[in-house]
Amino acid sequence: MNKIKVMVGLGSCGIAAGAAKVYNRLLEISESNKDLFDLGKTSCIGMCFREPLVEITDGSGKYLYGDVDAKKADEIFESHIMNNKPVTEYLVHSDTIKGSEQDFLDNQIKIVLRNCGMMDPESIEEYEKRDGYKSIRKILDESVTEDDVIKTVLDSGLRGRGGGGFLTGMKWKFAKGYKSTEKYVICNADEGDPGAFMDRSVLEGDPHSVIEGMIIAAFAIGATGGVIYCRAEYPLAVKRLNLALQQARAKGYLGNNILGRQGFNFDLYVKEGAGAFVCGEETALIASVEGKRGMPNKRPPFPAEAGLWGKPTNINNVETYANIPWIILHGSAEFAKHGTEKSKGTKVFALAGKIRNSGLVEVPMGVTLNDIIFKLGGGIKDGKKFKAVQMGGPSGGCIPAELGGTIIDYDSVNATGAIMGSGGMVVMDETTCMIDVAKFFLNFTQKESCGKCTFCRIGTKRMLEILERISDGRGEEDDIDKLQELAAQIKDASLCGLGQTAPNPVLTTLKYFRHEYEAHIRDKKCPAKACKALITYEINNKCIGCGACARVCPTKAITGEKKQIHVIDQDKCIKCGACFDTCKFSSIDKN
Amino acid sequence: MRIKRKNNERHSFLPDEPVDTGLLDGLLKKYAGKKGSIIPLLQGVQEIYRFIPKEAILKISEATGLSESDIFGVVTFYSQFRLNPVGKHIIKVCHGTACHVQNANGITTALVNELGVEDGKTTSDRLFTLESVACLGCCSLAPVMMIGEETYGKLTGEKAVKIIREIRNREK
Repeated sequence: MNKIKVMVGLGSCGIAAGAAKVYNRLLEISESNKDLFDLGKTSCIGMCFREPLVEITDGSGKYLYGDVDAKKADEIFESHIMNNKPVTEYLVHSDTIKGSEQDFLDNQIKIVLRNCGMMDPESIEEYEKRDGYKSIRKILDESVTEDDVIKTVLDSGLRGRGGGGFLTGMKWKFAKGYKSTEKYVICNADEGDPGAFMDRSVLEGDPHSVIEGMIIAAFAIGATGGVIYCRAEYPLAVKRLNLALQQARAKGYLGNNILGRQGFNFDLYVKEGAGAFVCGEETALIASVEGKRGMPNKRPPFPAEAGLWGKPTNINNVETYANIPWIILHGSAEFAKHGTEKSKGTKVFALAGKIRNSGLVEVPMGVTLNDIIFKLGGGIKDGKKFKAVQMGGPSGGCIPAELGGTIIDYDSVNATGAIMGSGGMVVMDETTCMIDVAKFFLNFTQKESCGKCTFCRIGTKRMLEILERISDGRGEEDDIDKLQELAAQIKDASLCGLGQTAPNPVLTTLKYFRHEYEAHIRDKKCPAKACKALITYEINNKCIGCGACARVCPTKAITGEKKQIHVIDQDKCIKCGACFDTCKFSSIDKN
Repeated sequence: MRIKRKNNERHSFLPDEPVDTGLLDGLLKKYAGKKGSIIPLLQGVQEIYRFIPKEAILKISEATGLSESDIFGVVTFYSQFRLNPVGKHIIKVCHGTACHVQNANGITTALVNELGVEDGKTTSDRLFTLESVACLGCCSLAPVMMIGEETYGKLTGEKAVKIIREIRNREK
């Protein structure tokens, strides 16, 4: 019988939830029970809402436990490892018995995330065991030509997963077409959309697949050097990438004469970003790699012609590269089997917000938003009503619940006014104010605008001011028209994607939730009861005088005798909502 | 990524803190002659001093031949770089989308009240710097803040204040 294997998920979110403590506890146990089981580390399997996760593989199959702490680890060890009795109470997924989150994993198709949470990301040997570096070997061993590689990628129908949706094979074809002794491939890992963490999970969980994808791209276009431009805010991803690069160099996957092929020389390094959202735009990213302020440049020339240091450059996103080795190994037809006519393969989404199961999911293109939110996401938290889902981050928009039947492909999502984007999906319920959401994104883009184009720099500021006054109850009758006019001008007169898409959150909320804007402007009411200036908190007669609200009130606005109904001093109240959240007797009304 | 770009204010250096630019020699040697290395250089500077001192800009300018204004331009463009010294503990309150819809503003307000400094500022005892950041990538634990390497999730204003008080007591 094989030895029992125990793996702890140590991605960023797992560690934040306390996985390191669980790992250390299991390490203690394994040291005092020599040879009973092997302890290993893995990364995020996507089930962030049940972290920390521990997976046990024994003779009968795999068992995944959720919400594990040190105490539960002891219990699981006693029962499962010592007495061969899985602890069904904590089981979330298993091959043999039904766990509490069985559907979450069973309803996914994993291509990009094929290795995430399944192996130790710090071990190149484990990656190799899971078909790692087989694709580049296959290309070199079977003398596949550059054009054949590009044709396979083209035939697969893979489109850029960073949000643009441009055909990856076409990009490669362009870059190959320009003659130069120096060419570059860049991986855009500057995942800046708030609410998106797919790329981080891939880099932390499976860095080698991204590196292999880049090696294949380098082979196809004839690149000599490469850069992975990664957010500095992802320290674990940077660490694991650097480790993976060292390992790949030691094994001859990077360097001169790769895998013995004379003249195939390619190496790459990790470049840490310094915190500027606009650097996700390819020309701004290139400027940043060159050590300049990250400001976009006019295209054409496109990077395929004149990119990094003026040389032909191919830029793809993390998820795009992670798809490549799989496509080469399994063939374009196998990939194109999934998805719709114009959007092939799968897409990874980061589910967050007011959703029960927040985490990472990978689904074939063509499923509906409702499938993702209700079947995988488990629906809305706390039994509230689904109101909208925000896709595409600051460049995207809000899709209302009525359009939940929209299928996931580039064109259908674009038709709603949102964009596929990199894959952030922030779910909102009835308590989320859409003006507040629009204001949040505008605030973000306005601060992240690099300032080069006047309309983006000043226009977003003016739009934000209008939104602020609407949510403060000072909205004016023609504000909606003004917003629309500014939005059109910013879209027309901005150089890069940041400005061209900045008005999208406002335009989509105006399109689907115009009545909320009107309620704020005309009736001075916030239907979601979220805008501070338009709500008041009052204590009703259900109050039993426990004083809990008075204790949490940061401004001491609540007074009252013990066991008597308390009162809120409206002049002192800052409407933070702490009392509302604290009261156990529903005795605080929000109006 | 920090949401707040706040480097525009004039930087104030405390006279009692001389900057030892000798610490930069190794760093300058490492990147000597490499093109496009100004950002990694500045990241190295910030690792040493925890902010970018004026003296460091002057020294880099001398060593690389880049003008001071070019370097200053890069420093102020990227929100990672700070021109002011920071407190011992940097509190990063996440204001990503998921945290925002789960009341991250409430966390910042509670901390502003507790620490008595505005968002982006350092307390007078130099113990804490309060910052707002965009997504920390722990959306499932929203709302979240990070102090040092430690991430605190599923916060309320009250919980956040309690954590700060615990750190303050430990420092006494």
